[in-house]
Amino acid sequence: MSGPLSAGRAALQLIRRDLHLALRRPGEWLQPLGFFVIVTALFPLALDADLSRLRDMAPGVIWVGALLSSLLALELLFREDGQDGSLEQLAVSGLSLAWLLLAKTCVHWLLTGLPLVLVAPMLATALGAPAAALPGVLAALLLGSIALSLIGAIGAALTLGLRRGGTLLALIVLPLAVPVLVFGAQATARAIALEPLAGPLYLLGALAVLAATLAPLAAAGAVRISLE
Amino acid sequence: MMLLSADNLHLWRGEQHVLRGLSLRLDAGECLQVTGANGVGKSSLLRALCGLLPLEEGRISWRGQDMRRDRPAYHRELAYLGHATGLKADLSAAENLRFSAGLRRALSAAQIGAALERVGVGALHARLVRQLSAGQQRRIALARVLLCDCALWILDEPTANLDGRGQGLFAELLQEHLQAGGLALVATHQPLNLQDPRVNVLELA
Amino acid sequence: MAWTWFHRCGSPPHFYRIAGKLVPWFGTLAALLCIGGLIGGLVLAPSDYLQGEGYRIIYVHVPAATLSMMAYAVMALAAATGLIWRMNVAYAVAASCAPIGASFTIIALVTGSLWGRPMWGTYWVWDPRLVTELLLLFLYLGYMGLRSAIEESGRADRASAILAIVGVVNLPIIHYSVDWWNSLHQGHTLLKLGAPSMPPSMYVPLIAMIFGFMLYFAAVLLVRARGEVLRRERTARWLLEVIGEG
Repeated sequence: MSGPLSAGRAALQLIRRDLHLALRRPGEWLQPLGFFVIVTALFPLALDADLSRLRDMAPGVIWVGALLSSLLALELLFREDGQDGSLEQLAVSGLSLAWLLLAKTCVHWLLTGLPLVLVAPMLATALGAPAAALPGVLAALLLGSIALSLIGAIGAALTLGLRRGGTLLALIVLPLAVPVLVFGAQATARAIALEPLAGPLYLLGALAVLAATLAPLAAAGAVRISLE
Repeated sequence: MMLLSADNLHLWRGEQHVLRGLSLRLDAGECLQVTGANGVGKSSLLRALCGLLPLEEGRISWRGQDMRRDRPAYHRELAYLGHATGLKADLSAAENLRFSAGLRRALSAAQIGAALERVGVGALHARLVRQLSAGQQRRIALARVLLCDCALWILDEPTANLDGRGQGLFAELLQEHLQAGGLALVATHQPLNLQDPRVNVLELA
Repeated sequence: MAWTWFHRCGSPPHFYRIAGKLVPWFGTLAALLCIGGLIGGLVLAPSDYLQGEGYRIIYVHVPAATLSMMAYAVMALAAATGLIWRMNVAYAVAASCAPIGASFTIIALVTGSLWGRPMWGTYWVWDPRLVTELLLLFLYLGYMGLRSAIEESGRADRASAILAIVGVVNLPIIHYSVDWWNSLHQGHTLLKLGAPSMPPSMYVPLIAMIFGFMLYFAAVLLVRARGEVLRRERTARWLLEVIGEG
């Protein structure tokens, strides 16, 4: 029989597996996107349809919507693998669990975070943002959604298999996500006001990098504890 | 030198003192059958030996070295089959093997096909696992254990849901594995009908 | 030498005994410092030229806020110790910190809100310190919520330990981001009294209160931790001996 796979190739196999699985149940993965659009649409209905006033609210509306839908999406990250025993198999595979969880989080972001990023410019326009602002909005949400997926993975790993884990997940993840919200909303606000947004964008990027290095380790520890 | 040895294992699950100073030894070609009443701690023992449960006290050694020192190396030689099959319901039998055993070893489609044939579900290789019976799923899980090509098998109720022929198949697979120099720890109520009687029985109380 | 002391602390009967001896000392000192601080702050210190008498609430607000953060740090440290050295006593200390820290946070929020009322006419301002305290309260609630949601006590200890460590790493980031946010929006700031501009008659009682609160925290923590250790060790033999003695 042939030899063991390298860590990189094993991670690629896992990514392929998760993509296969997601394509068999596309409906599930589209729900967070639908939620994002609906929530964003609620604000003008609840407040004001005047575009100039909506423009001021747009960063907050988009970011709170993105935060809440990424919370919703976290359900899909580990729940099934935890239930059918495949997470357990990953833990005893002899491969680095942190690395494998990073691979899983990447796929999860591709399927739930990236759609939000792509739809955000449209929503921003609907809330009165000028066309020149859209690349900035895209960039801010790109970095922010990556950070949110990684931070959320820690919460998902800690609450794996718990009854009523959803509300607890929100309580755990939201305080940790506040820095992303603050920098992201500020970056988006500056983009819409057509001001330079390098400052908050760099801070967002720093958060994303920090999350990418530390979150998989914390999530791996949390998964091992949840498997006990 | 025994390949696998465990000394003075103490395990607590919440308030319960499940394992009290348990020790065991296993060498190449040997099989240890773990029996006992429901809830006595068979699964907990197996999971502790896999490193999934933390032990309060005690030491597990693999090839003379403490397992904790190089856990990944230990896991690379370990194939574990728990209560949950570890199969993804939305993937076919062949895809499941490709993405589970195939994470640990480079496998070709032919090898996967051969393993499914060996466990008697060759015709089902393209069927989604959710459409298969519990017994068929168990057989696919056994195929996964085969494909991992590991020295140590830790199996928790491997014959659950298997019919008479399935149990005979399992006995054959176990026999071949032991004769090739492998070790096995099997938690089961059923007697292991092996032709070579090198089966030690550990009864937990 | 320090190492043997450390491991001895980790043994439940020793911890129980040592903690029991320390509690009265900490408690008395805490009472003395707090009473002195309150007299100094409420009676002796002059009134502030900007805020009049209303500022005096800092003698409760600032120590409470300081301790709320310190309690989280102690909780995370104890949890990390429990995780690394597998010490039940450390987990007991961490579990005991959480409700105390949460109480300090609530006191800080309430006193901050009461402070805001005479100054700004409203009970809540988005002052960076108050916002950080609010987020800190959520971190504590998340920790306590996770602990209570997991039934198996070992898993609850370890999972909440990871959460505490993640939280303590995030806390400076959260604090920085809230301060940054505040500086952009020029929000109201409660604490306009800086240390260099405060005369000694004002900041000496404040320091006394901070240390008094610290010792109070230590005393209450040890009392709760002893209770937690008792609960965890209730089937152990050393406990029967202690009960037999006392």
